[in-house]
Amino acid sequence: MSIWVGSETKLMCQGFTGKTGSFHSEQAMEYGTKLVAGVTPKKGGTEHLGVPVYNTVAEAREATGANASVIYVPPPFAAAAIIEAIEAEVEQIVAITEGVPVIDMANVVAALAGSKSRLLGPNCPGIITPGECKIGIMPGYIHKPGRVAVISRSGTLTYEAVWQLTVRGIGQSTCVGIGGDPINGTNFIDCLEAFNADDATDAIVMIGEIGGTAEEEAAEYIAANIKKPVVSFIAGVTAPPGRRMGHAGAIISGGKGTAADKIAALEKAGVAVTQTPSKMGELMEQRLAETGLLETCKG
Amino acid sequence: MKIHEFQAKQLLAKFNITVPNGVEVTDVADVRRVYDELEGDIVVVKAQIHAGGRGKGGGVKVCKSADEAVAAAEAILGMQLVTHQTGPEGQKVRRLWLEEGTNIDKEYYAGVTIDRKRRMPVLMCSTEGGMDIEEVAEKTPEKIHTATFGPDGLDGVTANQLVLDLRVHPELQSDFLDIIQRLTKAFLALDCDMVEINPLATSHELDVIALDAKMSFDSNAMFRHPELEELRDVNEEDPRELEAAGHGLSYISLDGSIGCMVNGAGLAMATMDVIKLHGAEPANFLDVGGGATKETVAKAFALVLSDPKVKGVLVNIFGGIMKCDVIAAGVIAAVAEIELNVPLVVRLEGTNVEIGKKMLEESGLPIITASDLDEAAMKITEAIKTEAV
Repeated sequence: MSIWVGSETKLMCQGFTGKTGSFHSEQAMEYGTKLVAGVTPKKGGTEHLGVPVYNTVAEAREATGANASVIYVPPPFAAAAIIEAIEAEVEQIVAITEGVPVIDMANVVAALAGSKSRLLGPNCPGIITPGECKIGIMPGYIHKPGRVAVISRSGTLTYEAVWQLTVRGIGQSTCVGIGGDPINGTNFIDCLEAFNADDATDAIVMIGEIGGTAEEEAAEYIAANIKKPVVSFIAGVTAPPGRRMGHAGAIISGGKGTAADKIAALEKAGVAVTQTPSKMGELMEQRLAETGLLETCKG
Repeated sequence: MKIHEFQAKQLLAKFNITVPNGVEVTDVADVRRVYDELEGDIVVVKAQIHAGGRGKGGGVKVCKSADEAVAAAEAILGMQLVTHQTGPEGQKVRRLWLEEGTNIDKEYYAGVTIDRKRRMPVLMCSTEGGMDIEEVAEKTPEKIHTATFGPDGLDGVTANQLVLDLRVHPELQSDFLDIIQRLTKAFLALDCDMVEINPLATSHELDVIALDAKMSFDSNAMFRHPELEELRDVNEEDPRELEAAGHGLSYISLDGSIGCMVNGAGLAMATMDVIKLHGAEPANFLDVGGGATKETVAKAFALVLSDPKVKGVLVNIFGGIMKCDVIAAGVIAAVAEIELNVPLVVRLEGTNVEIGKKMLEESGLPIITASDLDEAAMKITEAIKTEAV
């Protein structure tokens, strides 16, 4: 068992008949994901890519028993689409849409509180349990079933890490892209908690980037709770400090959020941090060898 | 998107937040007339640039006569104003804001932004207004009072508690409470990502007045506010960054010599990090995003080449939503129009990688290919060294 999605996942797609939704739905089905329904208002009753289309999430859930939804709806309507899925009690919601206004996301988070749903994203690549279920826009072929988890704020950097593991013969349990927006549904700690409890995961790659304090909070959580090896990379060590205008952002983050702060916090928590993104796989291989896990994780 | 102080003040005034009377000036010849129009003897001449710390950099002068105001305007208008937020090259002052002086009693700080940790908008207030508020936050965090709020803005009970915590003059408490509530409403209604009043002053005449204002908007929400687009001052923005934004690209000019074209902000930053580890410097940050077409990719590539500092280009694409063949088509289209006279290293992986690689191969362009990030960075740094010799 991996986390959150697997062979038992029955997926619906919101924004199914659009160009992006169509392309990635086809890729997901090709990968073996059980895509059971599409949702596009006013197109209910039709069929697209051989899958029935419904007008609403509630109808799709009722008719097909879908327990997950992936959202490719354009930014102005994305928050409403997420809230529709929350109200229909879809367990796992994955919002791929890039460019959702942050105030809309604050409203979505309010709707999530006390609900039965977990939201990944927005502005994320999605989630994949290799060999079982691919939800999102990541290229399927770079993955390999295995026992190392990957968590990341950045989409393409996740692929980079996954590929480096795969070419070394190290497979992945589940790879999760939490998205790079200021407000998202699932954070590093949610993922770390789930992977820590997951018997199918032996080690974790966590990829962060400058801005915010999510990595610092994750470091605290790792120090207190996680015994599995964790390897990390923080993007943006060389990024120049951007021109700023006000101070409000700096005040709320308490002067934290630089790459150096994040790396220091992670190293203090016992995480092996690589300075170069091209060594994520290599460092994981090394850590697995040191902890005697390499044999179970490779092959 | 950032706007000027005077524009922010005009917007705040629409939400019934009191601001001093003032006039925008772009020509020193108008200063004397404006001084006479404004009430009172004291007029403040303020440089309008998109950066904070203007006072310390010499961009704000309090003037007691028309002559003083003219002298101040002459000194400030056209100057290259350097503050801790502009970078060492500073920003040229093209506009002034002249406003009536205020008889200040106390100065507070009020700012609103998104609290990523609590995942809600947050109002921050302090009695230490006018000061370096970041220093206050770091050294005496107990002097910063914060309150998160929902879609209706800050509620009355919480606002009242904040006013009490700040020990606002009893006669001003009701006005102060109104203003901080209106500030949260303005933040929501305008889809700001930051709005800040520092200082928010109380005067001896018992007014609560926004003496300064900074405002920036969530670029993802601009589709809801076409009217705000008119407030954009293109002079304050880098022309290449502006052009990139027009094509839906995210581009930031840097000082190095290696032009980069990457998909995804994280991978773009990581690519810059690797270039630096190999001893070179990136000329730019460029994220082509996921939805770019062949035409946008061609524009992006041309944009990178248009920077005279660029001595070599590294294209690093890990296709997901972005397909490698679209990147290849864009690069080929761009090179068909502009001569490529610097080395080009391309690393492709991900969605449709085989098609993309084949297209580049068949194009006959002098492309150096790389199979991973390290190799790509190594090859481009080597290539520019060879060119230099």
